[in-house]
Amino acid sequence: MKPDDIRKVVLECLGNIAPEADAASIKSAVSFRDQLDLDSVDLLNFVISLHKHFKIDIPEKDYSSMMTLDGCVAYLSKKIEGGSSTSP
Amino acid sequence: MAEFLMPKLGSDMTAGTLVAWLKKPGDVVKRGDIIAEVETEKGNIEVESYTTGTLEKLVVQPGQKVNVGALLAIIRDDQSATTVAKIVAAPDPLVATATSVPPVQPTGEHDRVRISPAARALARQLNVDISLATGTGPDGAITREDVERMAASAKTASTQPSSAADRQAKLRETIAAAMTRSKREIPHYYLSTTIDMHAALSWLTEENSKRTVTDRLLYSVLLIKATALALREVTELNATWDGTKVILQKDIHVGVAIALRQGGLIAPAIHNADQLSISELMTRMRDLVNRARAGSLRSSELSEPTITVTSLGEQGVESAYGVIYPPQVAIVGFGKLVERPWVVQGQVVVRPVVTATLSADHRVSDGHRGGRFLAAIDRLLQEPAKL
Repeated sequence: MKPDDIRKVVLECLGNIAPEADAASIKSAVSFRDQLDLDSVDLLNFVISLHKHFKIDIPEKDYSSMMTLDGCVAYLSKKIEGGSSTSP
Repeated sequence: MAEFLMPKLGSDMTAGTLVAWLKKPGDVVKRGDIIAEVETEKGNIEVESYTTGTLEKLVVQPGQKVNVGALLAIIRDDQSATTVAKIVAAPDPLVATATSVPPVQPTGEHDRVRISPAARALARQLNVDISLATGTGPDGAITREDVERMAASAKTASTQPSSAADRQAKLRETIAAAMTRSKREIPHYYLSTTIDMHAALSWLTEENSKRTVTDRLLYSVLLIKATALALREVTELNATWDGTKVILQKDIHVGVAIALRQGGLIAPAIHNADQLSISELMTRMRDLVNRARAGSLRSSELSEPTITVTSLGEQGVESAYGVIYPPQVAIVGFGKLVERPWVVQGQVVVRPVVTATLSADHRVSDGHRGGRFLAAIDRLLQEPAKL
């Protein structure tokens, strides 16, 4: 899957959690929490939606790598390329 | 016969607008079934039935605004005879169009609609569901005027929705009224303590490493559970004040302060939080937050919290001294996790700590008991596996 396609899915998942957010105005290197005012429940919902879409496991220790758009796309690209399993 | 009334979803609520009926006359309803949707200053709320029976009559139509306590519908207990309903709280004539509807005259033939041929034809023409109509004619018969009024109500409701700005302004007014009343009437006292979270966070990390993404726990769930269990020990904080005296509450329903995306705050309850497992509590909390933000809370969640927990740690706040939401008598605040030097067995080590605060009503409890409560939360968090 190409990074641009992953980015599209990430923005779609974010849009479901923060419907008022304008996808075009999301800054790639600024944390979602800061620019979209997401809290821990929002971020958990976000990770769960990515997990369900890409069918990959995302360990809790990796959450911090996914808190910006660029970071999230890079993490997912690597993860998908690596063919992660869905356990646990 | 039971009267289904406009519920009071908070001490400051005076009226609500019926948005839709989700059941129709003749339907069997069970206690807990959602039978109506009501618009309040806090958003649209799903209203549950507090009784089991058959929905006999709908008194208020969608689009109508009525005062708290006004009769919305009649639910017939199949065991008892139906009697004439009465409106138990007189609606405000300035806002309550439902007052123009006279008391219902039940006929005992709830499954048969009395309607004149002309009114039936008009209903068909205007696409009005006569099973939802309230008849004001002889023996409760539905008249042409009833059909026209229903059609007009539906049009008003569908063409004049409250704007987001209006709803936001109303929510702000509601919060302002409740908080002003709280500060005016409740003699608050404030306590705080710093809690070592090393054990709780270590347990949480270990526990989450064994769980799937969808089953993982959030740190705040531990705080809610510890608060709920501490209330079993200091029961006077799980109470309401009725204006003259304290009423101790048997069940522990923890209100969780949730910031809404469009601004403002709401604190719906997680019922019986002390009896739920950590996993159940997590599921309930996530569901509650999602529904609060989607505007689909239930009436019991707004009317029944017995204490509130607020956490502002994610906003970088170290200590949160809350304002009590009447008629509750306490609110617990948690700040952000910070690393601090901490003495453990004579050694200075770095530990993650959180500041827990209590704002409590001095008419109901004293600092001594409030201190016991915070100490109980601290103790419970040191043994997270037992929560």
